[in-house]
Amino acid sequence: MPLVLLVMLPAAAAVVLLLRGRRTDAAAPAIAVAVAVIDLGLAIVAAIARPSAEVTALNSIPGAVAVDGLAAIAMVTVAAVFLAVVVFACGDIGRGEARSRFFGTMLLFVAAMFVTVTAVNIFTLLAAWEIMGATSYALIGFWWSEPGKARSGLIAFITTRSADVGMYVAAGAALAAGAAGLNLARLDEVAGGWRDIALAGLALAALGKSAQLPFSFWLSHAMAGPSPVSALLHSAAMVAAGGYLLLRIEPGITATGWLGPVVAWIGALTALLLGAVAVAQRDLKQLLAASTCSQIGFIVLAAGVGGVAGGATQFVAHAAVKSLLFLVAGAWLAALGTKNLLRLRGAARTHPVAGITFTVGALALGGLPPLSIWVAKDQILSAALPASTALYTVGLAAAALSAAYSAKALAVIWTRPASVAPLDVRAGRIPVSELLPLPALAIAATVLGVLGVPPLAAAWSRTLGTPDAPTSPPWEFAMSATLAVTVIVLVVWWQHRRLTRSDELVADTAWLRDWLKMEAGIDVIVVRPIRALSAWCSRFDDRVLSQAVTTVGSAVLRLSRVVNARLEWAIAAAVAFVADGARRLATAAVRPQTGLLHQYYDQAIVGMAVLVAVFILMR
Amino acid sequence: MLSIIVFLPAIVAALLLFVPRKRVRLFPWIWVATSAVDLALIIVAWTGYIVGTGTGFGYEENVRWLPMLGSGYHIAVDGFSLPIVALTGVLFLACAVYSLREQRRTRSWVILFLFLQTVSLGLFVSLDLLVFFVFFDLSIVAMYFIIAGWGHPGAARAALQFFLYTFVGSLALLLGFIGLYLASTPHTFDMVQLVHQDPLKGDPVVAGIILFAISLGLAVKTPTVPFHTWLPPAHTEAPTAGSVILAGILLKMGTYGFVRIAMPILPQAWRDYALVFVIVGVVSVLYGALVALAQTNLKRMIAYTSVNHMGYIILGLGAAGLATGSNVQASALAVSGAVTQMVSHGLLTGALFLLAGVLYARGGTYDIGAYGGLAKTVPVFTGLMAVAVFGSLGLPGFSGFIAEFQIFTGSLGSAPVPTALSVIGIVITAALLLRMFQRIFLGAGQRSHDEAPPAPQASMKDVFSREFFAVAPLLALSVVIGILPAFLLHVIDPAARALVALVGG
Repeated sequence: MPLVLLVMLPAAAAVVLLLRGRRTDAAAPAIAVAVAVIDLGLAIVAAIARPSAEVTALNSIPGAVAVDGLAAIAMVTVAAVFLAVVVFACGDIGRGEARSRFFGTMLLFVAAMFVTVTAVNIFTLLAAWEIMGATSYALIGFWWSEPGKARSGLIAFITTRSADVGMYVAAGAALAAGAAGLNLARLDEVAGGWRDIALAGLALAALGKSAQLPFSFWLSHAMAGPSPVSALLHSAAMVAAGGYLLLRIEPGITATGWLGPVVAWIGALTALLLGAVAVAQRDLKQLLAASTCSQIGFIVLAAGVGGVAGGATQFVAHAAVKSLLFLVAGAWLAALGTKNLLRLRGAARTHPVAGITFTVGALALGGLPPLSIWVAKDQILSAALPASTALYTVGLAAAALSAAYSAKALAVIWTRPASVAPLDVRAGRIPVSELLPLPALAIAATVLGVLGVPPLAAAWSRTLGTPDAPTSPPWEFAMSATLAVTVIVLVVWWQHRRLTRSDELVADTAWLRDWLKMEAGIDVIVVRPIRALSAWCSRFDDRVLSQAVTTVGSAVLRLSRVVNARLEWAIAAAVAFVADGARRLATAAVRPQTGLLHQYYDQAIVGMAVLVAVFILMR
Repeated sequence: MLSIIVFLPAIVAALLLFVPRKRVRLFPWIWVATSAVDLALIIVAWTGYIVGTGTGFGYEENVRWLPMLGSGYHIAVDGFSLPIVALTGVLFLACAVYSLREQRRTRSWVILFLFLQTVSLGLFVSLDLLVFFVFFDLSIVAMYFIIAGWGHPGAARAALQFFLYTFVGSLALLLGFIGLYLASTPHTFDMVQLVHQDPLKGDPVVAGIILFAISLGLAVKTPTVPFHTWLPPAHTEAPTAGSVILAGILLKMGTYGFVRIAMPILPQAWRDYALVFVIVGVVSVLYGALVALAQTNLKRMIAYTSVNHMGYIILGLGAAGLATGSNVQASALAVSGAVTQMVSHGLLTGALFLLAGVLYARGGTYDIGAYGGLAKTVPVFTGLMAVAVFGSLGLPGFSGFIAEFQIFTGSLGSAPVPTALSVIGIVITAALLLRMFQRIFLGAGQRSHDEAPPAPQASMKDVFSREFFAVAPLLALSVVIGILPAFLLHVIDPAARALVALVGG
């Protein structure tokens, strides 16, 4: 029951808000906050009670949801972040905006997200999964009249849906493999090639949704949406859902034998390369987006090497940290009108609450011990170490990069502006509702690290139903801690010096800033060939297929004309000839009929003579 | 009961012939009332069918008609026909509501549509090949007059092409039917008896030839690539209600013919040539989507997405023929998905064509590039189009997803590569539908190229209530099927299982 309510309440509120449209603009924020509060309570109840629910959908494939340890953790995380984001949005999405549409879509999203994390089978999962994608499209394009926004939404939607093809295939493969009711938990039990295809398909969909390589570029476009959307969908919830799904199907991934390393390497490389992309950004939201890909890369890496406990910790810690950072970025965007890093110089000094909470979040993101992400990342790295030293090394390098981009942002917001800008430009105030959720998230970002401390870590693993996370050797902790601290200090110093000297950003590399030119690559490899093929097919359709039918039609017409002109004429001529001949014969036949008796006798004699002649000759 | 449902519209049409012309303003309302009563009767029949056995044939009527030809007036409904019959009732009512303001030769318009409704219903309930064929040809005749009489300027040519093309197709169909008749002993046109006899069991060559003839006729009507070229011009030139019925109902006559005639009567041949249908299906899916992507005319675009959507149906039915014994459950799922797709496509494409008509009524063109930023001036229209677009691209929560998910999931095991390829179709359709939506409704509303003067957008009126009440119920029904599909699938499932048992050997 709590589970059904948890989903139906936001869904029902969403339907009302979306159908009523602008008429409920005034009431929308209150409704959304109320639903978010109740949902957080329901999520906690459901996490403890572990209910399940089922509804008849397709024949032999029900729509089914259930709460296990992993789902419980994700549910509470999402509900908490949702509440924080919705409170923030009450201030951020102002009175003149289409609030009903905004909050309605957000509520629809969160309902779909709850179904995603609790889905029992692929059918239920895919249904919720694609609705999340559609709400993401609608929210990125929330300001649809501004040029480019809707296009950004389209790119995000189409890219993730391309990866979702994998999930459709997975459903068919699971059925062919004989996984009863397409149950996700049973995938590791069936054997054979179909199982591998099913798991690979699910993994593909997960990588697309999580903006892993080579799909990452869509997340850059997703930043066109309002900041609360970036804070919820495009960091803590929907994007993380891909990593979450990989954790959920981890037993199956391990069972295939080959998929684990593939997934782990994609995660590790995304963590590394997108970490580098984040370092090179000039735009705060773009920096955070690239960092999201990189951080979720660690969850993906965890799923690939069987480190479910560490992956779950990272899911929770990253949700708190990244939603906090996006909210602060959004608050500054609203107050200062910019997300350009150079123009945000000194922002922490003019807006101390935002600045301090941002600092806490950025330090956590950079992996500063003992904050949450440091703990999570270490859990993951210690799971990767026995699997492959190379993986571990790449992971460690990615961790160093996350320290670097966090430090870069920190240095920028705390460095005093070169010249004192006019006050009225810089002093946009941040409304209370936007500040309200920040401290809570900052506290969560700080203390969630306790999940990795031994007594709690054991309980955490038990909750998840996985074996205890392997404990790293002490040198591992020491090394990653030293690395993080060193990099943060160095980059802060370097960036600060660069700012004060020449007002420039460090690591300003164009191809990295362009997200590795991924989009251009996809454009050349996929989009343009499809466009060309489409144009070719269209011409073929008009000039060949359609023309062929017309040609057959006109050929019949031409034939009929030929028949008309030639054959008909010939037949008519022949008929005329026969008629003519008959007429002439008749005229000729009439001539002997003279009426004179002696001439008849002459004719009879000639006739007789002919007959006699014939008689004699024929003998 | 069933005969009343079928012939009520025609009887009303016949009576309307005697109503004086000056009462013409009543005609649209009489049409609405007739279609509403007919739909109510269909709902009663549906309820009765479920309360009764819920499987096999219901409301069966079998009257001697041409006994020397072994043909009778044999009609009934089952899990395949009932959903399509209900769809027919819904779509004709929607068209009736939409046409409430039709000014041009209203009398003939109403009478033609009532006649066409009887023809459509009759086709879907007939269990006799000759009766089926008569309705099949009459539908072409009625639609010819609708397109030619009320269409846009190029309608005469498009209507003629439509008529000749599908009529030639129907001749192939007739040849196939005659072949079946000659093969059966005793000679009969009765579908139930033919299924029972399985007359061509031991003769794969003749069975193949007859399947080819029947499939050719049905493929033209469906239409599948490469027999689809009559569809885009017919849709582009047809009046709105004509497009709705053409896409929503007449195309289903083709796909319905496969599940009603081709598959059960020629099961062995279907198995032998299943791969052909799978390939035709996947080519229609991808080719239809790709050509649609290149279109700039809204109606042509929707027409090509119809080719794409029909392709999924053929794919699912073909895959059911490829399945081996162990995949019975999957095949039933694919067939059930194919029938769901017929209903879903009728609702959603019907809605899209109605909305295209709404757009044309305001802007006077179907050219997508002539519009921009309409969401500002016509929010309700925009909302309806957004829902229709998302439904059409197969978003969960709509009927299209239920249909396509079943088709893909049920087909993949039997035809892995074609199915995986055709899943790509949903990505392309998503891209093209959303792109169309964005161009017409979103953005600032300023066109960069100024060779074409933009349609009068500032003064554009939002949907009128008759337009709203024609479109909204179709979308609502699609959502109901998308969220609570069980009521529909429980009707389809027994029929799908029975068919799979036949085709599966």
